[in-house]
Amino acid sequence: MVVSTLNAVFKRELVLAFRQKSELLQPVMFFILVISLFPLGVGPGPETLQKIGPGVIWVAALLSALFGLERIFRDDFADGTLEQQMLSGIPLSLVVLLKVAAHWLVSILPLIVVSPLLSLFLNLTSAMYTALLATLLLGTPLLSLLGAIGVALTVGVRKGSVLLSLMLLPFFVPLLIFATAAVEAAALQLPYNGQLALLGALFLLALALSPVATAYALKVSQN
Amino acid sequence: MWKWLHPYAKTERLYQLSSTLLPWFSIAALLLLISGCVWGLMFAPADYQQGDAARIMYIHVPSAILSMSTYAAMAIAALIGIVWQIRTADMAVAAIAPTGAMVTFVALFTGAAWGKPMWGTWWVWDARLTSELILLFMYLGVIALYNAFEDKQQAGRAAGILALVGVINLPIIHYSVEWWNTLHQGASITKLSKPSIDPAMLWPLLINLLGFACLIASLSLAALKNEIIRREKHRPWVQQLVSDI
Repeated sequence: MVVSTLNAVFKRELVLAFRQKSELLQPVMFFILVISLFPLGVGPGPETLQKIGPGVIWVAALLSALFGLERIFRDDFADGTLEQQMLSGIPLSLVVLLKVAAHWLVSILPLIVVSPLLSLFLNLTSAMYTALLATLLLGTPLLSLLGAIGVALTVGVRKGSVLLSLMLLPFFVPLLIFATAAVEAAALQLPYNGQLALLGALFLLALALSPVATAYALKVSQN
Repeated sequence: MWKWLHPYAKTERLYQLSSTLLPWFSIAALLLLISGCVWGLMFAPADYQQGDAARIMYIHVPSAILSMSTYAAMAIAALIGIVWQIRTADMAVAAIAPTGAMVTFVALFTGAAWGKPMWGTWWVWDARLTSELILLFMYLGVIALYNAFEDKQQAGRAAGILALVGVINLPIIHYSVEWWNTLHQGASITKLSKPSIDPAMLWPLLINLLGFACLIASLSLAALKNEIIRREKHRPWVQQLVSDI
């Protein structure tokens, strides 16, 4: 029973997301636009762009993920669906995990899909791009998991979006550091397994703790 | 310990305890800080390399050390609030956060003022400076979250969760920043040559450290008293208190 209910929750999330296609595209558009601004701001020199490229892509990914993040719980919180899900008897942390997974699929995965284009814009070598892709695949789920805690805390607050960034951005510092370090190591043709392993460790830690914390924060917000 | 601690879940008792402790901490802070500063700024020997500029360490080092411990204190209060559902612990989180932010700011400010004559720049992206800056952002996040809620009970709970998430992240952030900096190392001379400190300098430093700890305690207690009054203003004992004045 639990499995089929969870399945339904997951399907519902995906269906709802795909029915609001414009909202779905906004983070991707933002991602591309921000990155296109950088060559205009710092100059079109290919070497400069290659040097700042990984950092720029990651910071832009952080910001665009933050924009779409509120969608994880906002609507369900407003119309009472979340309350019903809390009362349904299924562990709330599992529901949270599925919501985060669905959110990652619809909001973050498109960013990763367009990232080859952006690595062309910023003149990354193919070795650098491979590393970037690996860090994005490992790091963005962490982003969603940590972000879910923040959204759960601010979902009851009006105009919580700036507050959300203020709370969450400090927590993304290690992610940014390890991800860009991996790409830089790849640029120097050094092994970057260590950085990836650290990112993976952070991801697993967040996977274990974040759904529980998020579920608790949601209960506080529902109050 | 439980029996001893339990009465302070009641706001009235906690208010009385804070009122009793506050003068002691304030007087101790005043005495210690005056003696530590006078000793450190006027009588302790100047640094052989940095001259009198190094005297700012009597303010900088205690505030930098205590900025992290204040976060730990806040997180402990948050843990008590969440595990045992004690409302007064959430109030303590709200009271400690601004104090911690202030101490962190003092550490950053004096660090910048010290950096200018020594490193020739106000700011370098050194590991310790960066993690201190991020610590300040984390304090500000807790304060902002607390102030965002109308319902202060909910606000205290939420701020407590954030403080706990922060305390798990703090070591990760600290070590990642350290690692990032050693990777990028090169331009700046960030490690001060650290001769094991002379006792003539160590004593005023320790006195100031203790003084700062008392200062943080007294500021937090004063903030806690205000917080209790603000949140319990509809209670008879608060109205009694106000009418007595």
